[in-house]
Amino acid sequence: MSDLTKKPAAEPEQRSAPVSKEPFATEASAAPVPAVDPRLLVREQGLKGYWTEFSRKIRGGELGSLPVIIGLIVIAIVFQAQNDKFLSASSLTNIAVFTSGLGIMAVGIVFVLLLGEIDLSVGSVAGMGAAVWAVLNVSNGWGDWASVLVAVLSGLVIGALHGLFFAKVGVPAFVVTLAGFLGWSGLQIWLMGKEGSINTPTGGIVENLTGYYFEDKAAAYALALVAIVAYAGSLLLDTRRRRAAGLPARPVSEIVLRTAVVAAMVLVAAYVLNELPGSRGLPLALVLFLAVLVIADFVARRTTFGRQVFAVGGSAEAARRAGIDVDRIRITVFAISGMLAAFGGLFIASLSGGATKNLGSGNTLMLVIAAAVIGGTSLFGGRGKVWSALLGMLVLQAIQQGLNLLGMASEIQFMITGAVLLAAVVIDSVSRRTQKTAGRA
Amino acid sequence: MIHVSATPVLALRGVSKRFGAVQALTNVDLEIHAGEVVALVGDNGAGKSTLVKTISGVHPIDDGAIVWQGRPVRVHRPQDAQNLGVATVYQDLALCDNLDVVANLFLGSELKHGPVLDEIAMEKRAKELLDTLSIRIPSVRIPVAALSGGQRQVVAIARALVGDPKVVILDEPTAALGVEQTAQVLDLVERLRERGHAVILISHNMADVQAVADRVAVLRLGRNNGVFDVADTSHEEIIAAITGATDNAVTRRKARTSNGGDQTEVGGTDSKFTKEDAK
Repeated sequence: MSDLTKKPAAEPEQRSAPVSKEPFATEASAAPVPAVDPRLLVREQGLKGYWTEFSRKIRGGELGSLPVIIGLIVIAIVFQAQNDKFLSASSLTNIAVFTSGLGIMAVGIVFVLLLGEIDLSVGSVAGMGAAVWAVLNVSNGWGDWASVLVAVLSGLVIGALHGLFFAKVGVPAFVVTLAGFLGWSGLQIWLMGKEGSINTPTGGIVENLTGYYFEDKAAAYALALVAIVAYAGSLLLDTRRRRAAGLPARPVSEIVLRTAVVAAMVLVAAYVLNELPGSRGLPLALVLFLAVLVIADFVARRTTFGRQVFAVGGSAEAARRAGIDVDRIRITVFAISGMLAAFGGLFIASLSGGATKNLGSGNTLMLVIAAAVIGGTSLFGGRGKVWSALLGMLVLQAIQQGLNLLGMASEIQFMITGAVLLAAVVIDSVSRRTQKTAGRA
Repeated sequence: MIHVSATPVLALRGVSKRFGAVQALTNVDLEIHAGEVVALVGDNGAGKSTLVKTISGVHPIDDGAIVWQGRPVRVHRPQDAQNLGVATVYQDLALCDNLDVVANLFLGSELKHGPVLDEIAMEKRAKELLDTLSIRIPSVRIPVAALSGGQRQVVAIARALVGDPKVVILDEPTAALGVEQTAQVLDLVERLRERGHAVILISHNMADVQAVADRVAVLRLGRNNGVFDVADTSHEEIIAAITGATDNAVTRRKARTSNGGDQTEVGGTDSKFTKEDAK
């Protein structure tokens, strides 16, 4: 009450402020003390600040993608030492192509894991998608595009059905998708009929999914260049807009450093695909996988839908009270997972030369879920990146390729893959515990 | 001192809510006008939080009516309440721990740049909002999980104000706060009133209630137990209504027998009771 007796000029931001339509705008412009906590660690400008921030994060347990990248380097060194064909063009191209199909399926799983749920049906849905395509395209003579479209859409519908049972009926996702795992593989076997396998027609879309290469060297380099320019451009644009809005922005040195790292990686990849002896150019499969990754990453980080997925994964009740239609998000995410599973199934059919009764069974499901987890997506929801599908699947396929080159039996491969998965989860758990003690989780 | 419009911005008429065998709310009436702070008080289990959840659409009502600016409305989902202009700060805060402060502030009402989230505009507004409320948090870009309890509370309150709501419901906003933050929240409540918001404040702290509220609505065992003007009601009268001290064998006998006898302070509250309680 005392401020009523004071002269209005003494406290311009006080209650005598004129009523404005824009809430708090008047106070904001006249806020006397910037609310900065003196205990805060303020980041220094320039590269030195970047480095101290980075090392503080590492010590605090925020490892990000670092363990996976180090793991990839270790894998490369170990296998190259054992067999000098590991880093050859054909071997690396193999890794890229095998990574693509399963990686696309892993992108769907990343979304499901972000919700804090699991989808056990992806292997069966992949097999069923391939069966639907084969039956329509080969047995019934449908057009290439139509049959591929229907196959992918059937995956979407199946996923939406899982989501419906989970979100509206309340059956746990684990059980719904376990039922789907059995049911859809039954449908797949029924669709494939007596013969049990349908070969891929030569020159068709599905064969080209993994069989087509952009042999023109310009393709890989142009894609690399586009990636670098787009990355640097988005960073610069973001920084400029943040500066204009008066918000803390990335220093230019950081942008240069990040762009340099990205440029080095994509240029090396393009060089490997183009120039190594025996290389065949840029595989179409890799282009499609990268397109799925870029779109999915954009959706997850830059759109309302992606934000809502993270919110539901973090706290479904909080999301519901914030006015988010939780059921719709859940159904959509399972539909995305089913759609990408069916799309990935076409890649598997392409690689194995056709649709079969048992395509997508075996270790497909295990590899896809393991990739998302190894890449750093939490099993408990709300934490993860779309790019973990790429990193995790690269690790798994690199190991598989290396063990194949060494002529290891598949039982040994299973054991090693299992150990890698366990190691990834152990690193994740330990780093999360460190984050807790550092007050960051 | 308060300009109260004739039509209440929000009115509950005879609202009832059951959970299985539990009758959580029975025939509850409540009126809130623009530019008014109504404190909702009552013992644990009196139905305060349930009442708030019916207004905010978390639990749809079984009976009765919700009247918004004079016309009856249906509030079945949290979106319905938000669209009307009701913002709620829940006792459990309902924040997403994995999202950063900016994302939490704008959750459900994100600012967009075409189809894309406008992170920069959101961060800028978040900073302005937090500066206005003198809220000190390490950064608006750290996950809410990294904040202390008091910091989470102020983030949750700030979030309620993002959409410029007409009615703000605060469920125990000061329970987890320190001395300074409590004062800030109470300042904030007064500022909301001056801007013409209607505020429903749930609190166990009578000092807070008497500091900022204009009227006090008491709930007891899921029913109205009196509405008091804070200006001319004593602390003890409100406590008596909360604990039911006015409604026991002794007072009932006194009401029957003593006409013109020594009216105690407790007996005085009876005249202010709503009609339901007089039955």
